[in-house]
Amino acid sequence: MKSQIQIKLFAGLQRFIPPSADNYSIEAGISIRNLLEQLDIPEEKARLIFVNGVKADLTSTLDGGERVGIFPPVGGG
Amino acid sequence: MATGPITEILKKSKSKKYPDSTPYTSISVDNIQSISKHLGLSGREIEIAALQQDVVPERYARNMKSFSLEQQAALLQSQVSVVGLGGLGGAVVEILARAGIGHLNLIDGDKFEDSNLNRQFLSICDRINTPKVQAAIERIHDINPSIGVTIHYEFLDQHNGSRLLEKSDVTVDCLDNINTRFILEKTCRQIGSPFVSAAVAGSAGHVTTIFPEDPGLQMIYGDPDKAPAKGAEATLGTVPYAVTLLAALQTAEVIKIIHKKNELLRNKLLIVDLEAALFQVMDLK
Repeated sequence: MKSQIQIKLFAGLQRFIPPSADNYSIEAGISIRNLLEQLDIPEEKARLIFVNGVKADLTSTLDGGERVGIFPPVGGG
Repeated sequence: MATGPITEILKKSKSKKYPDSTPYTSISVDNIQSISKHLGLSGREIEIAALQQDVVPERYARNMKSFSLEQQAALLQSQVSVVGLGGLGGAVVEILARAGIGHLNLIDGDKFEDSNLNRQFLSICDRINTPKVQAAIERIHDINPSIGVTIHYEFLDQHNGSRLLEKSDVTVDCLDNINTRFILEKTCRQIGSPFVSAAVAGSAGHVTTIFPEDPGLQMIYGDPDKAPAKGAEATLGTVPYAVTLLAALQTAEVIKIIHKKNELLRNKLLIVDLEAALFQVMDLK
């Protein structure tokens, strides 16, 4: 079943942003790991993954309607 | 406290009004310094004694609609360690010195270089190639000679942490790499100090507060043995407004910890991305 999610990419990951990131089509049940593959984002760059504002991981799945935020590792000061 | 300072404080204080016309009793910066010199006590000891007599040291007058007299005194009775004196640390030191933290303990083994000038408040042309801790102690003395400062011209490592941070009530993680942040976290757990950690890349970054019993940095960076030394900042650099904003957020957490407030960023991560105009608090647990 096709559903849609909203994708937000931060801190240099914007270059991976897909067209129509606000209404990105997915197959319901897709894992974050598979979503990253679709978006060509290397796993090590997806350090912090948030689904609807709560920390998620690579095995988390999406049903549609979620807001997904991805943040790379950041260590500067 | 002997009656000496109290008598002198009351003699040299005067009635003033806040901008909203509320009256208060004030003592000037000059009078704090002259009493301090006369009695051979530190400025902060005189300021604490003044606050205990309901006398506001004028340098903190604009804090006093947000802090009680007791809360301002609590800041003056605290020791905060700042580890790293770059973009985050320089601004953190500036803010904490002005807010009236009683003792700042500063750790950095680095010297300033040209590429620091875009964002590191303690760096100026005349201080290139001079130790960051030296610039910090001079700056703090210029801003607020009432407070105590200890400097350590060395980098935090596996062996020196407990010695460097021994008396820290709160520690501020202003480091520039991920590996040393884990060393700092381990040290803070050993000495029982809460710490406030921020990190920046480009115009984005995050800040969190970690107490010794909290899961801590692994919630952000994953397994310490697999974490990269550098993050996205290696390719994005660091812009001044982002790093200064994150530093300011760290100081708000430091002050709330000292004031024993509950609304902290514990097990939460405040993420900021100024390109996306985004501020969002995420649950880490």
